[in-house]
Amino acid sequence: MYDVAIIGAGASGCSIARELSRLDCSICVVEREEDVCCGTSKANSAIVHAGFDAKPGSLMARLNVEGNRLMRAWASELDFDLMPVGSLVVCTDEGATDGLEVLRRRGETNGVPDLRIIGRDELVSMEPNVSDAAVAALWAPTGCIVDPFGLTVALAENAAANGVEFRFNAAVTDITGSGDHWLVTAGGQTIEARAVVNAAGVYADAIHALFIAAAGATSPAAPVAVGAGLTVPAEPLTIVPRKGEYYLLDTTAGRHVRHTVFTLPTAMGKGVLVSPTVHGNLIVGPTATDVEDKEATQTTAEGLAELAARCSIAVRDVPLREVITTFAGLRAHQAAHDFVIGELEAAAGLFDCAAIESPGLTSAPAIGVLVSGLVAGRLGLVSKTEGAFDPVRHGIPDLERLDLDEWDALCRRDPAYGSVVCRCRRVSEAQIVDVIHRVPPATSLDAIKRRTNAMMGRCQGGFCTPKVMEVLVRELGVAPEEVTKCGPGSELVMGRIKDGTAMPPEGLGGGGPR
Amino acid sequence: MRKAIERHDVVVVGGGPAGLAAAIAAREAGADDVLVLERDSQLGGILNQCIHNGFGLHTFKEELTGPEYAARYVDRADELGVARRLGTMVVDISAGRVVTTVSAAEGVTRIAAGAVVLAMGCRERPRGALATPGHRPAGIYSAGTAQRLVNMEGQLPGREVVILGSGDIGLIMARRMTLEGAHVACVAEIMPYSGGLKRNIVQCLDDYGIPLLLSHTVVDIEGRRRVEAVTIAEVDEGLRPIAGTEVRHPCDTLMLSVGLLPENELSRSAGVELSAVTRGPVVDQDLQTSVPGIFACGNVLHVHDLVDFVSQEAAVAGLQAARYARGPQTPDDSRGIPVVAAEGVRYTVPSHVDPDRMGDSLTVRFRVDNEYRDRHVSVYLDDRRVQHRRRRIMAPGEMEQVVLRRPDLLAHEGLSRITVKLEEA
Repeated sequence: MYDVAIIGAGASGCSIARELSRLDCSICVVEREEDVCCGTSKANSAIVHAGFDAKPGSLMARLNVEGNRLMRAWASELDFDLMPVGSLVVCTDEGATDGLEVLRRRGETNGVPDLRIIGRDELVSMEPNVSDAAVAALWAPTGCIVDPFGLTVALAENAAANGVEFRFNAAVTDITGSGDHWLVTAGGQTIEARAVVNAAGVYADAIHALFIAAAGATSPAAPVAVGAGLTVPAEPLTIVPRKGEYYLLDTTAGRHVRHTVFTLPTAMGKGVLVSPTVHGNLIVGPTATDVEDKEATQTTAEGLAELAARCSIAVRDVPLREVITTFAGLRAHQAAHDFVIGELEAAAGLFDCAAIESPGLTSAPAIGVLVSGLVAGRLGLVSKTEGAFDPVRHGIPDLERLDLDEWDALCRRDPAYGSVVCRCRRVSEAQIVDVIHRVPPATSLDAIKRRTNAMMGRCQGGFCTPKVMEVLVRELGVAPEEVTKCGPGSELVMGRIKDGTAMPPEGLGGGGPR
Repeated sequence: MRKAIERHDVVVVGGGPAGLAAAIAAREAGADDVLVLERDSQLGGILNQCIHNGFGLHTFKEELTGPEYAARYVDRADELGVARRLGTMVVDISAGRVVTTVSAAEGVTRIAAGAVVLAMGCRERPRGALATPGHRPAGIYSAGTAQRLVNMEGQLPGREVVILGSGDIGLIMARRMTLEGAHVACVAEIMPYSGGLKRNIVQCLDDYGIPLLLSHTVVDIEGRRRVEAVTIAEVDEGLRPIAGTEVRHPCDTLMLSVGLLPENELSRSAGVELSAVTRGPVVDQDLQTSVPGIFACGNVLHVHDLVDFVSQEAAVAGLQAARYARGPQTPDDSRGIPVVAAEGVRYTVPSHVDPDRMGDSLTVRFRVDNEYRDRHVSVYLDDRRVQHRRRRIMAPGEMEQVVLRRPDLLAHEGLSRITVKLEEA
């Protein structure tokens, strides 16, 4: 029996787990994918928003500004990449600068510090590649860029270090009540927990529906209002996957802009953001298209064409020929466009953390604090004994940023730091071995990529994929055909040559020579 | 604690065919202390995974496999006592020719080089760079990665294969996968002509009944975990997919052979000027880059079709590097006479020539920008045509060359420009 089961190991789920791990309780995170950070958390703009966008008074507004503040503190405590580059909202229409003033006032109401409207001259000096049509901009110095994988992995590792258990490849199929606790069936196994948190991203509506069914059937305890706790009505919730497509450009283009550049929507259309990333690349996106399929993370010809056309509204000469990859993510959009966070009205101990769309990543730390507080209130959780919670987590060395003497010293400690596996992003075998043996472990190519940046450079794993596979085979003690890109079903090779063709795949009509 | 800087006469970055030939030539030219730096655990570079034959026809008049071709050069390097460090990655080259390396054995090391030869080769253009729509599942391999898995690791990357791009590695892998029992449905090429050698189309596709679909590209990739199907469509003259021509091919593997890119990140760190066309260094008749004492050869300079030409070219770079290391030439601000690529010629290597410093003859290599039949390759010294040679067929996949003769250049008074171009007659 756990005190808390958290469904979903994205940024929200991991943040909630980490904050709950401060308290004297047992926690289990269940995740349908093979690793943390596999859904919305991995495919987004990687921006820590300042907080001028959200409607004043909304949960989004509050958690965005709190999240922004916490994120900076957590970046050093948990050792993930965050760069305070600041953000600009560029207006390209002389007649539309009122829009900047609206944003500025909204930001001030939300509590965003240091917002300022700047004229073209100052804008050009700050951002030389801004479009010739730019007339003014809103300058938000608290906007940051962040490593979304690094954030989520850091939260998960720190949570695990403080006692949180993780179960992967464990999709939740059923939730029922049983006396004073809940039974969560995930990946074919049943977990007992006194409280359940729904942080299931684009699937949060399905989990919410399971909550309602469970609450309707049997309720472990009559719901009692807890302090000023938030509640969510026991009514159906619809999460619409809203697709965002992106271009990622090589580090050679990474300094094309110095800040995150947004475009103020005008009659000329809605621009897309152009921003440096903490990895030194340039990111361009996103589109916004509502889709039905919650797995529809494919890019489309239309989406990419739209980005190519719109990226030049605020920034000139975006060097799209330097693109190294394209990707799409799904935002968990809900019609009311606010986070849906709180305890289900009909039942004690079922908590929704749903509709976490942008600025969800920014808000993750504040969401963790808020939801852990709600759960603690319900279960009467108290802090661990003094010193039993360790808030500090150390990441792996970044060889791209070490000076050469420091790198040399690492090689002396472990020669594998001198064995470079990924040449484009300068990742050594030592870092890869390190993340394979951490908790939660990296056991696939994508899991290693998210943690080390290997295979994330300009050759996109062309050279190092076989080498990373070899390290996985050795360290995990598995056969090459068991190594996957992203969990079961994504195996990379079919077996030894000759033997590999012995078993024709189903539905493809055999693989023999014809 | 900072280690002492080592010194070597000629430092060759990369131990593939270009690096080996350059090192050998430098030794033969009298450089005593030649050091090859290689990332991999053995010399030979990509040749080691090219187990098919067809290498060395020009150089050795026989058809060798890649490893056999490499072995000839490795043996010669051994005879000459060329030093090498394996498992050693170069992480920086300064304009002052200090080469920084890292290896498991030595950690970080700095080497001051009398001369540097850049021979880092090239990399494959990845799927991401094409912005091909679709999912990003397992089963998408660049052809060279697949070749490594099959030939070096003994692993089969897939059973039902579609290949995008008709570069030589893709053609070779079409045959290789077929021989391993996989089924290769087709090779789609977006251009109206192949990017590979004619002989590879005949020997690797035609002989196995694998269709080559010219003016076709992949417009969608299905499969969230592993490739399940790709959709191929015909493209118009602007390379845009034509609606209604889509054909879906169920498959588990998509291989890409869509271009090779010279790997010049280190050249950039040294401040070497790069060509926008070849993406390789701009070089003179000695294959010296814009940074004195730094030379370039092989696929890092421009992508070659045959390894024989890589070896020939690299020998020039090695020889000149040895000369430079012995005693730098007097600095020469003039870059020589520009060699201009025009009318059907995409680029030339070298891109400028100093007639006073060249040998009796100089091979200028180039590629054409389209398929041509019955055209003449012409060389002009300013406005005077000095060469006019008919070629029955020329294609972008095959490298071409002209030979400049020193007496011709010296005889032309006030020479300001050498032009290489194609002409109808």
